[in-house]
Amino acid sequence: MKNTISHRVADFLKGFPPFNMLSIEVLEDIAMEINIQYLDKEGLVFKEGDNPHTNFYVVHKGAVALRKAPQNEMVDLCDEGDIFGLRPLMAQENYKMEAKAYEETILYCIPIEVFKPYALKNKAIGNFLLESFASNTRNPYAKNHRGKLYGETSSEETEAVVPLFDVQQVRWSKNIISCETSTPITVLASAMRANKIGAILVLKDKLPIGIITDKDLRNKIGTGEIPISGTAFEIMSSPVITYPEELTVTQAQMGMMATGVSHLCITKDGTPHTKAVGIVSKHDIMLSVGNNPSVLIKAIQRASKTKEVKRIRLSIMKLLRGYLQQGIPMTITSKIISELNNACTRQIITLNLKKMETPPPCSFVWLAIGSQGRNEQLLQTDQDNAIIFEKESTAEGEPHKEYFLELAKKINKGLMKIGYEYCPADMMASNPKWCLDLESWKKNVSYWISNPGKNEVLLSSIFFDFNAVYGNTKLSDALSDVIFDTLKEFPVFTTHLASGALQSPPPSGFFRKFLVEHDGANKDNFDLKRRTLMPLTDAARVLVLSHFVKGINNTAARFEKLATLEPNNKDLYLSCSYATKALLKFRTKQGILHRDSGRYLDLNSLSKEERVKLKRTFKTIKEIQELINIRFKVSQLL
Amino acid sequence: MIFPFFKNTRTKSPIILPKFWMNYAALFLKEEAVDSQSKFIVIDTETTGFDYEKERILCIGAVLLEKSQIAVKDSFEVYLTQDHYNSDSTPIHGILKEEKKEKTAEIEALKSFLTYIGNAPIIAHHTMFDVNMINKALHRQGLPSLKNKLLDTVVLYKKSLLRSPLIEKKDHYSLDELADKFNISKKDRHTALGDAYITALLFLKIIKKLKEKTGQLKFKRLFID
Repeated sequence: MKNTISHRVADFLKGFPPFNMLSIEVLEDIAMEINIQYLDKEGLVFKEGDNPHTNFYVVHKGAVALRKAPQNEMVDLCDEGDIFGLRPLMAQENYKMEAKAYEETILYCIPIEVFKPYALKNKAIGNFLLESFASNTRNPYAKNHRGKLYGETSSEETEAVVPLFDVQQVRWSKNIISCETSTPITVLASAMRANKIGAILVLKDKLPIGIITDKDLRNKIGTGEIPISGTAFEIMSSPVITYPEELTVTQAQMGMMATGVSHLCITKDGTPHTKAVGIVSKHDIMLSVGNNPSVLIKAIQRASKTKEVKRIRLSIMKLLRGYLQQGIPMTITSKIISELNNACTRQIITLNLKKMETPPPCSFVWLAIGSQGRNEQLLQTDQDNAIIFEKESTAEGEPHKEYFLELAKKINKGLMKIGYEYCPADMMASNPKWCLDLESWKKNVSYWISNPGKNEVLLSSIFFDFNAVYGNTKLSDALSDVIFDTLKEFPVFTTHLASGALQSPPPSGFFRKFLVEHDGANKDNFDLKRRTLMPLTDAARVLVLSHFVKGINNTAARFEKLATLEPNNKDLYLSCSYATKALLKFRTKQGILHRDSGRYLDLNSLSKEERVKLKRTFKTIKEIQELINIRFKVSQLL
Repeated sequence: MIFPFFKNTRTKSPIILPKFWMNYAALFLKEEAVDSQSKFIVIDTETTGFDYEKERILCIGAVLLEKSQIAVKDSFEVYLTQDHYNSDSTPIHGILKEEKKEKTAEIEALKSFLTYIGNAPIIAHHTMFDVNMINKALHRQGLPSLKNKLLDTVVLYKKSLLRSPLIEKKDHYSLDELADKFNISKKDRHTALGDAYITALLFLKIIKKLKEKTGQLKFKRLFID
C-alpha cells in the first residue's frame, strides 16, 4: 500500500542519483520501506568501527559530517540528497568514519535488503556506486568539488586523495552566459552587467569560438578602436583556451599564466570542437585556493541562491577559525567577520527583494540590533533585527507595513536558512512591533526614554545598538537624532539605564569562586554572556550615551573612545576594552569547539591558565560597575 | 462496592463491549513510563466541520514515532464512509463525497485505529479537537472514550517559549505557523497523514527546544487532561 508519506519520500529521492535512475513506481516501493529519522545537532548516526547497520542513509534536510580518527578531521559534509554509509554495507565491513549531524537533520534510512536487488539489477546504478566508492576518500576540501556539480555528466569523481589544494578539481560556474557572433556590443555588455560577470562566451553553432572580457571592452571600445555599434565578433578574443572537465587548480593557474588570459572555457572533451559546459575565472581559482575575505565578499554578492550563501558561510567560519588559531588581533578579526556576516545579510535581503512582486513602495532601512548591531557576533547565534520604513501610505489600512512585513518574513526565513536561528523573544523585523514607519519609531523611542520602566529600559538597551545594514541610512540617522535629543531632555533615563547595567549577576562569589547556573540545561555551567560580556556591554552603552557619542556601537571601541574622553579613567576603560576583546575571543573559541553560541562554559573543561585569564577580567568588571553606581547615583533609585 | 464507571451507563445490566475494545482496554491495566525514546502515535483527522455533534470524520492519518524515527510502512491512513457531508470544508481537505479512494465503514475504521494505536501516548496539533471527534465517533458506536495519554504540540510549544515580558503568548498557533517557524515543508498539508507527519516533526523539534530550556524532560508533566 502506498501512502502520502511514501509519495513524499519518493518525490524527494527521484531528484538525486542514483535514485533518479529508477522508475517512480520502484521508488515508491522503496519509499514504503524506509525509516525517517530526526537528529539533533551533533546527533550520532554511527561511530568509527561500529558494525554496519541494516540501512544506509540519505540526507533529506540538514547536513551530516563524516569524520575520521585520529584527528577527527572532517572528511566530508553530506547535504541534501547525499548518500552515506552505503559502502560498508556493500563490502560488509565496519564503518570507517564517524557520522554526526552537523546541524538539525532529517535522514531517510533505506534498508540495504530493499535497495540491493535494484543495485544489482540496474547497471547504471551499479556503475554509479562503483565510481562513488572509488572516490570515497574525499579530501577535506572536497565538498565544493563534488561530482554532482559537474556539467552534464554524472560521474562522481575526485582525484585528490591527499588534502593538497593544488591537485584539487576547480569548481566552476556551469551557468554559462553566452552570445552569438552577431550580438551587438551594447546587448552583450548589458548581459554581463545583469549577471555580474567579467567575461562572456561567444558561441557559433553552440561551439565556443571566442570570449569577451572586461579587458576587451576597455581596450577595444574605450579606446575608440572599434565603434560601440559593433558586434561581438569584432571585439572577441579568439581562440578560446579550452580544458576538459577534470581540471585541477594548478593546471588552471598554469594555463592562465602561460596564455595570459583570465578565463578558461571547459568543454566536454577539452577541445574547442565540443560543447562548452563551463567557465573558470581567476576568481573561481582564488575561491578554491583559499579563504580571502575580498574573494568571499565577491562570492557572496554573486550568490543567486540562499543555499550558495549558506555554503560561503562555511568558508567564513573556516576563516574565523584560522584567524583565532593564528592569534590575529580580535579588533581586526571581529571587523572582518562582521563585515562578511553583514554582506551575507545584505545578499539575503537583495535576493528576497527580488522575490517580491513589486519594488518597495517607499524607502526603508534594515537594522541589525543587539550583538549583531554592535558587530560582536562572530558566531551565528540568534537574529535580532528591525525595519524602519519611510512612511505609511495615505490609502486605507496599512499597505506599506503589510508589504514590509511580508518582505521581512522572507528575509527572516532566509537568514534562518543560512544559520541564524529565529530570535526566541521574537525581536525580528517580521514582528509587527519591529517593523514600523519612521514616525512610529520616533514615538516609540521617545516614549521609552521619557517613561523608563523596566521593559522600556530593556528594550532600549537592545534596540539602541542598532546598525543599518541595508537601505536608506537617512532613516536610521534621523532616528538616532531623535534618541539623542530626547536623552538631553530626560537625563534621568541614563540613571535607569545605568541601573539596568548593574542588573547582571556578578561573575564570582565571596571566595572568588565562579558562580554557575543552578538549573536548566546548563546547570553547573558558567554563563559567559550574562555574567561577563553583558555587564561590560551595558556599561559601555550607558557611558557612551551619557557623553552623547554617536555612531560607535562596538563595545571595545566604545571603551577606547571613553578613554580619550575621560583621561583620568583611561586605565580602567582600556582594561575594559581589553577584557571585552579577551572574553569575546574566549566565547568564540568555545563556540567553535562546541559548535554552539559559546555562551555557557563547562568550567571543568578549562585549563588552569584559562581560568586565571577569565578571572582576571572579573576585577575589571567589578571596577566598572562601581564607577557606574557612583557616577549615575543608581542607589538613589532604590 | 460500586464502581463509579457504572454510574454513567444508561442500562443497569453490564454492557458487553466488543472484543477489539476489550483487547485495547486491557493494554492500559499497567501504567508504562514514558520518555523521549518511547512509542508515540501522532494523529490528524480531516472532518466535515468543527461541530462535534453534527460533523463527521472523513479521514484519520497517523504515524508511529519511536526513538525519533518514523517508519513509513507503519503509518496509518483510513478514509471513512459517512452519510453526512458538508461541502463547506471541501476546499480544505479536498475529499469529495464520492471520493474514488477506498473507504471503510466507521466501526471498521475505529477498530483498526484502536488496534494500531494501542496504549501509546497520542500526539496531535490541537489534540482535543481530533480526540473529541474520535470519541464522538466511538460513543456513536456505543464505545467509551479513548484511554491514551495525550500530548498537544500547541501546549508543548507554549511551554518551550521563554518567559519574558516582551513575548506575547497567543492562545492558538496554527500548524502552518509553526511549520514555518520550524522550517518544515508544508507539502501534503491538509491530508490527514501529511499533517500527522508534519506534526511528528514539529513534536521532535519542540521537544528538543524544551530539553534545551529545562535540562530534562518529564513527560508526566506534559500530558494534557
